[in-house]
Amino acid sequence: MNYHWNWAIFWEPSPEGWGTYGDMLLSGLYWTLATSIAAWIMALVLGVIVGVLRTMPYRIPAAFAYAYVELFRNIPLLVQMFLWFFVMPELVPAEFGRWLKQMPNAPFYTAVISLGFFTSARVAEQVRAGVDALPRGQRMAGTALGLRLTQVYRYVLMPMVFRIILPPLTSEFLNCIKNSSVALTIGLMELTARARSMQEFSFQVFEAFTAATLLYVAINLVVTFGMRWLEKSVAVPGYIGSSRT
Amino acid sequence: MFADFDFDVIVRSLPYLFFHGMAFTLTLTALSLAGSLVLGTLIALMQLSSMRVLSLLAAGYVNLMRALPLVLIIFWFYFLLPWIGQWVTGASRPIQVGAFTSALITFTLFEAAYFAEIMRAGIQSIPKGQIAASQALGMTYWQTMGYVVLPQAFRAMIPLILTQTIILFQDTSLVYVLSIPDFLGAASKVAQRDGRLVEMYLFAAAVYFIISFAASTYVRRLQMRIAVVR
Repeated sequence: MNYHWNWAIFWEPSPEGWGTYGDMLLSGLYWTLATSIAAWIMALVLGVIVGVLRTMPYRIPAAFAYAYVELFRNIPLLVQMFLWFFVMPELVPAEFGRWLKQMPNAPFYTAVISLGFFTSARVAEQVRAGVDALPRGQRMAGTALGLRLTQVYRYVLMPMVFRIILPPLTSEFLNCIKNSSVALTIGLMELTARARSMQEFSFQVFEAFTAATLLYVAINLVVTFGMRWLEKSVAVPGYIGSSRT
Repeated sequence: MFADFDFDVIVRSLPYLFFHGMAFTLTLTALSLAGSLVLGTLIALMQLSSMRVLSLLAAGYVNLMRALPLVLIIFWFYFLLPWIGQWVTGASRPIQVGAFTSALITFTLFEAAYFAEIMRAGIQSIPKGQIAASQALGMTYWQTMGYVVLPQAFRAMIPLILTQTIILFQDTSLVYVLSIPDFLGAASKVAQRDGRLVEMYLFAAAVYFIISFAASTYVRRLQMRIAVVR
């Protein structure tokens, strides 16, 4: 191979006028984290609501939740981003649409919204699976104690559900971080986009992508270890995966 | 608000969208599905192997692939493959492999990591006694796997394999970053040429939705039908 390796490239100034190529990647890392954490908060809130609605003994909310999950799950994330970014401003009243298009940081807000909705459908499915996994008796016991349905969910079911679905939620959070890279197509300068533009400016393809790869692996390790610790501290005694009995 | 819509643009571009774009998307999905199922099964067997080197290698591969975003991996292979081609053939310049080959190799290698996890779960769901029984019959390792374990593992994992295939089908839209005219790429080309972003993207979303929804509904039915085999 006659490729010219140059690992010192990260300390050379970037053509953007501020900082080095290394700083450029770090700002990408910042946007990746900001996008995925904001989208994750949105996905958790929406996902828990929709997931709970799907397990409720009422027909209409359950049908709504079903439609919600299927809608956001069956359209590729990239297409959803295009819908929010290009299509939505055209469908709302013209004045509002213009304001949306001129908003500073529009790619960031769009990415958070589309990633948030997309991920919330998956979270909803996990919440539903978690509720379904609980023994029927818990719901009955709650009702027998005279709790209202909201109280049964609030005090009996959900505390168990959250602890049960923590492992799948971890991998969904990691997916959320990875999926934020799709937002480079609408101009969000997150980590992958930064690696790509570094490659375009400097022609140091492999150094740029190696650095991005290592950063993603590092995020993964941090999240995995953090969640493992959280999992251990909230484990339900007597269930599989709990060291306490 | 739909008054100034031009739905004619969709009708006009239907042949291009489907015979060109969708054909590409489906070909890429089918070929990389076939490749990654085979490769994924081999990786799963490596992970379950008693040889520590093999299982560590396979686990490392799966973990690395699952830690990285698909878009980054698409870029990696797009830029890496020409250099590998040069290295393998000894040519004097990097060898251009073309966007399709690079996309196919990327998706095969990437999805193999996910199929490996599915197949590993499938293999582990087979009772140990069956392996012991096959060995008692004098079967070799490959006979045991090929005739006894893998057919059952595949059967048990069909719903998961199909679900992953739907995800693969949706993920192929990401080749957009290499400006390949897959279904979404084709729609986007027409959209930008005619200035009809709204119509084209809504149509693309509808097509993706209909195909994925039909497929996932079928998988759910199938899952119910084969749920009580044991």
